[in-house]
Amino acid sequence: MRFVDEYRDPAAARGLLGRAAELSKGGEYKFMEVCGGHTHTIYRHGIEHVLPDEVELVHGPGCPVCVIPMGRIDDAIAIAERPGLIFTTFGDMMRVPGSRGNLLDAKARGADVRFVYSPLDALRLARENPRREVVFFAVGFETTAPSTALTLLRAKAENVTNFRVFSNHVTIVPPIKAILESPDLRLDGFIGPGHVSTVIGQRPYRFVPAVYHKPLVTAGFEPLDILQAIVMLLEQLVAGRCEVENQYTRCVREEGNPRALEVLAEVFELRPHFEWRGLGFISKSALKLRDTFADHDAELFYEVPGVRVADPKACQCGEVLKGVIKPWECKVFGTACTPETPIGTCMVSSEGACAAYYNFGRLHREAAKAVALHR
Amino acid sequence: MCLGIPGQIVEMVDGDANLAKVDVAGVRRNVNIGLVADEGVGVGDFVLIHVGFAMAKIDEVEARLALEGLQRMGQAYADEMQAVRESGIS
Ligand code: SF4
Repeated sequence: MRFVDEYRDPAAARGLLGRAAELSKGGEYKFMEVCGGHTHTIYRHGIEHVLPDEVELVHGPGCPVCVIPMGRIDDAIAIAERPGLIFTTFGDMMRVPGSRGNLLDAKARGADVRFVYSPLDALRLARENPRREVVFFAVGFETTAPSTALTLLRAKAENVTNFRVFSNHVTIVPPIKAILESPDLRLDGFIGPGHVSTVIGQRPYRFVPAVYHKPLVTAGFEPLDILQAIVMLLEQLVAGRCEVENQYTRCVREEGNPRALEVLAEVFELRPHFEWRGLGFISKSALKLRDTFADHDAELFYEVPGVRVADPKACQCGEVLKGVIKPWECKVFGTACTPETPIGTCMVSSEGACAAYYNFGRLHREAAKAVALHR
Repeated sequence: MCLGIPGQIVEMVDGDANLAKVDVAGVRRNVNIGLVADEGVGVGDFVLIHVGFAMAKIDEVEARLALEGLQRMGQAYADEMQAVRESGIS
């Protein structure tokens, strides 16, 4: 177990793996880790190679960069290319491909596209450039949406009229439901997202055991956290239990962060539909600004194409996002599609399954094969 | 952007705007602490920061674990720290 030696506490890791082997004996278990941060940890630390053969991990849709459809990138570029406008976004979004290139290409064509660390940095730009319009391209799950909400509240309070938000915030529960409803997937349980849960808490997941009879264990981002969550899932299944449990009590509380939920409700409302890359339209799965913030809503203010663009033919991100295929099974993986020249979104962010596998998993797989050959 | 990064509050900057100065792996920047204000955070406390906002109060051990975990991420950690360095929240 070469990889385990690199973990913070190899003895604890061995203990958990032994327990997982005991519990999973004679069975076959497929668990989905919903969050991209977990996918990253799993590939980075070769977790899939140290797990018993009976346990398979499937990577879910929890990377917000990976689920933005091409049409929304085209809309973002249309806004960014308006003369005089300053378009701001997180660094990760710069290389996400639209149908006519990405935001970096727009920048090269002359658009003023800047990356920011925080929506508050975008608001500061708006204050410093009162004569120019500043738009923030907001993406992310409930982890980042409260930040956008608080920034909007502040913009309104300070009357920064040249600041607008292009909201692409999404919510975590509807895609989990969509995956549970999807006919081509058999799952035995979920590793619940860590940071999203610091905001929404544990209650919103109760439908997973109640309606679909699958356990869900919210986990932290250390390799040991993930191993422990897997053991907790197996313990539930072996004992015939099926519940929402919390492995990440260091950060996640049952009720989440009430203040964050309050500001979300104050600023945003659910969109009737939103398109998810690879998953299609999911109803009530994304957030738009409430009418009271109409003055700050880029979608109302600017004309955007709003066209649905089909994913490139070669791209199999949808199947990767649903966990139907593994990244390396995509036909263009590592050849036409690499982190430098991504075709699909899963190759862009370091938390996308394809990028995480390209950067780390590949090497582990080769190493694991080599080890197996010499056994 | 989804990486939460731990920081220690070193100074309260502006009570009305909920701004505090935090030390993130030796880099000092302002962040908004409005979302954890109910938990009574003050100078010396550790918080988990997402895109310039403290999202949860954490203890010192978790802060250290989280930072070590991030540092092992290599490029993703370097990018996040670069973004933090370029931030100028006020
Ligand atoms: S290799 Fe590229 S195109 Fe294929 S699924 Fe991954 S990101 Fe999508």
